[in-house]
Amino acid sequence: MSAEARKRKKAKVFRDDCVACGACANVCPAGAIYIYKGIWADVDLNRCIGCSKCKAICPASAITMGIYE
Amino acid sequence: MKTKNGWNEKMWIVSLLYFFLGFFSIIFAWLGMLCFVIPMLMSMFGKEKAFCNSYCGRGQLFTLLGAGKKISLNKKLPAFLKSRWFRYGFLAFFMAMFVNMLFTTWAVFSESRNLNEAVRLFWMFDVPWNWANRAGGAFPLWAVQFAYGFYGLMLTSLILGIITMLIFKPRSWCVCCPMGTATQMVCKIKEGEKL
Repeated sequence: MSAEARKRKKAKVFRDDCVACGACANVCPAGAIYIYKGIWADVDLNRCIGCSKCKAICPASAITMGIYE
Repeated sequence: MKTKNGWNEKMWIVSLLYFFLGFFSIIFAWLGMLCFVIPMLMSMFGKEKAFCNSYCGRGQLFTLLGAGKKISLNKKLPAFLKSRWFRYGFLAFFMAMFVNMLFTTWAVFSESRNLNEAVRLFWMFDVPWNWANRAGGAFPLWAVQFAYGFYGLMLTSLILGIITMLIFKPRSWCVCCPMGTATQMVCKIKEGEKL
């Protein structure tokens, strides 16, 4: 993966799997994740730095990393 | 963003303290009702899942041990454990066991049954816990029976949480935690989302 592509890597939440526990939001160093109305986690793509910490901690494996154009 | 050193980040100490207190005097088990009532009230009155997100001492404890101390094997939770059927089924089972405990409490209240000075683990195994009955008549027997029953539920779920933390990702208990499922269900109903 090129450095440019890595920079564009962002977190994506599968809402059906998310249990809104907040583990991802607590670990996000950029404050890019918030819990939408207690239902699922949502990612602010403008703030996400693609570090994958949220993906690593998510107990439901509801987060993947994707490249956004 | 992760805030540093907020008082709410130390709730894991309260969680541990609860189990120590129950070891010395069972009547303290009543305090665990706060972990039932507060999350439900928060979810119903505009704070959504703030309890799970910021104040759950158990979740913090599992993160601290599993991710901080790295004692978790960090495996992926099997798909069936995070399915809707399992989550809602487990919530229903927990509620049924809670109601069963209330019946036992009622039986002691109505004097049709003696006080059982034991903590029931995994809804089956009675572990003698008579040393912790220090109320000495200060509390009615039904209140002591409720405390034993409730402490059993809390200790059982803690042990299940520790087992899942050790094998799977640290906060895997959160996926099937009955309170987490119930509060998310309340939030979904409020917003008209599919359960």
